[in-house]
Amino acid sequence: MSPALSARSLSASLGGVQVLHNIDLDFAAGRWTSILGPNGAGKSTLLKALAGVLPHTGSVALLGQPWHSVPHRMRAQQLAWLGQNEACADDLMVQDVVLLGRLPHQAWLAPPNGRDWAAVERALRFTQSWEWRHRPLGQLSGGERQRVLLARALAVEAKVLLMDEPLTNLDPPHQADWLCVVEALLTHGTTVVSVLHEITIALHAHDVVVMRDGRVCHHGATDLAATHQAISAAFDHRIAIHAVGAQWVALPFVQPNGIPHGN
Amino acid sequence: MNAVDASVHKAARSPTLLAVMLVAVALFLLIAGLGIGSGGWSNVVQAANDPVSQLIVWDIRLPRTLGAWAAGALLALAGAVAQGLFRNPLADPFLLGSASGASLGVALALAFFGVSPMATVWIVRLGLTGAAFLGAVGAVLLTLLLARGVQHTLRLLLSGVVVGVVLGAMGSLVLLIVPEVMQAMQAFLLGSTAFVGWTSGLLMLVVWLVCMVLAWLLSPVLDGLALGEATAQSLGLPLAQMRVALVALIALATATAVAQTGLIAFVGLAAPHLVRSIVKVTHGRLVLLSSLAGGALLMAADLLARLLVAPQELPVGVLTAVLGGSYLIWLMQRSGGASGSTMDGRRS
Repeated sequence: MSPALSARSLSASLGGVQVLHNIDLDFAAGRWTSILGPNGAGKSTLLKALAGVLPHTGSVALLGQPWHSVPHRMRAQQLAWLGQNEACADDLMVQDVVLLGRLPHQAWLAPPNGRDWAAVERALRFTQSWEWRHRPLGQLSGGERQRVLLARALAVEAKVLLMDEPLTNLDPPHQADWLCVVEALLTHGTTVVSVLHEITIALHAHDVVVMRDGRVCHHGATDLAATHQAISAAFDHRIAIHAVGAQWVALPFVQPNGIPHGN
Repeated sequence: MNAVDASVHKAARSPTLLAVMLVAVALFLLIAGLGIGSGGWSNVVQAANDPVSQLIVWDIRLPRTLGAWAAGALLALAGAVAQGLFRNPLADPFLLGSASGASLGVALALAFFGVSPMATVWIVRLGLTGAAFLGAVGAVLLTLLLARGVQHTLRLLLSGVVVGVVLGAMGSLVLLIVPEVMQAMQAFLLGSTAFVGWTSGLLMLVVWLVCMVLAWLLSPVLDGLALGEATAQSLGLPLAQMRVALVALIALATATAVAQTGLIAFVGLAAPHLVRSIVKVTHGRLVLLSSLAGGALLMAADLLARLLVAPQELPVGVLTAVLGGSYLIWLMQRSGGASGSTMDGRRS
């Protein structure tokens, strides 16, 4: 099967410093891939470059088609991106924010049709934010806001969904809810790529990409021992991955003498 | 829970109702404006059979009041678009340097043409209008040149500030060299609706209509930008072209208003805040409602300017600065306790 999203010698710079170095990656269709790595590994930058919202060199192909051959609107229908720390539309109502996810599907200035409203309602109910639809975003707490922004990305109903730190500010029940959302997306055949700091949650994914210093050091199925070793190595062997029931759990690895090495 | 209930209620206030109210206020002020002046309402009563009264009501008071509405609407439209484009609630129409550009244009025109006696005031006025318009547009172009295009928001804002300061200093220099133009210059700097006749009033209305249609066409971009530039881009919005159009829109609306009425402060800043504190709407409606609010605000300020110290009149820009400034402070105090979404909530 051809990959849903693939990158070939992808490089990108931020402020003159090269952050991504010749990345070659294929994201299999209908699977969930977690990107893991320490701070500054280039995870968010990779996601942005894949979403086409950051200038880059090299090539990206979406659903088998080269990125530049697909018109903006078509691309936006097929790929949705949820960023972190983006500006907040505090003065927009929740349902107007989520409706923005339908922009790629609407004719310019056309009022939203039944399908748009249905998608908005599905997304809002999915993230348990339906009750706030008439409230301005600025009145919501950080976690509530994050759920609305997730609903905005879901409302696109794209085949490929890229999420950067989607669990920011979410409490454990809503982190579990997010897992349910991803499961539901996967059963519909959506390809999911996420950048997560919660390693235990990230280990629910089918595949893991481990990054360090702007390079991919490992790409493999989550269940493989080699993947666990690569994750542990990327975090300086300061975490250990254990099996608890049917889940993988990442726990801090405390050294016998208890003092971190290095300076 | 009361706070939540109240806020739900507040968000549900109807934008249509607000629009109707703003239009009604404007109509009321328009009629009230006919009767304000040295002759008072007797001019209106006699207008049918007294040519002088007819002249006063029809050719002086009516276009002036209409012009005040149009100038306020233009400035508020530019303000609402600027706040959306720059994702900054403190953005105002003069952000890109147009104010100091227009002042410099007027100062140069006055210095070169000389200060004419009252007899030729209308001719001078026409020349000054053109100079102000050219100055404003030139300043925006200079800002764009320094910012190397419109793609980088912060660079655009900084260039606007730099152009504003430098052109402002050059304007002051002209005043220093040719001090005779000081008084004429003051009228422009303080802003006044006193010289708006039918031609300039209608011109402003036509430009407002064009800008309004353009802003409506571009409003989805402003909504998308509210979620951040990268998200807007990921939604497939052609940001590059649309930004150019939005900057042109701000420049055209501001330059037109400044050319006809001088530097009128705070209307462009305060009107969008006023609307946002009452209803939460997307930009298509926000721009229209802000325009209606700005028009009504400047009209009210114009009436007050004529009434307060009659038979003298105050420069309307002074009034809008005092009124708009105190309104913003009140809004700031009020929202400081709550979530503060209107004034300080936005980060860029």
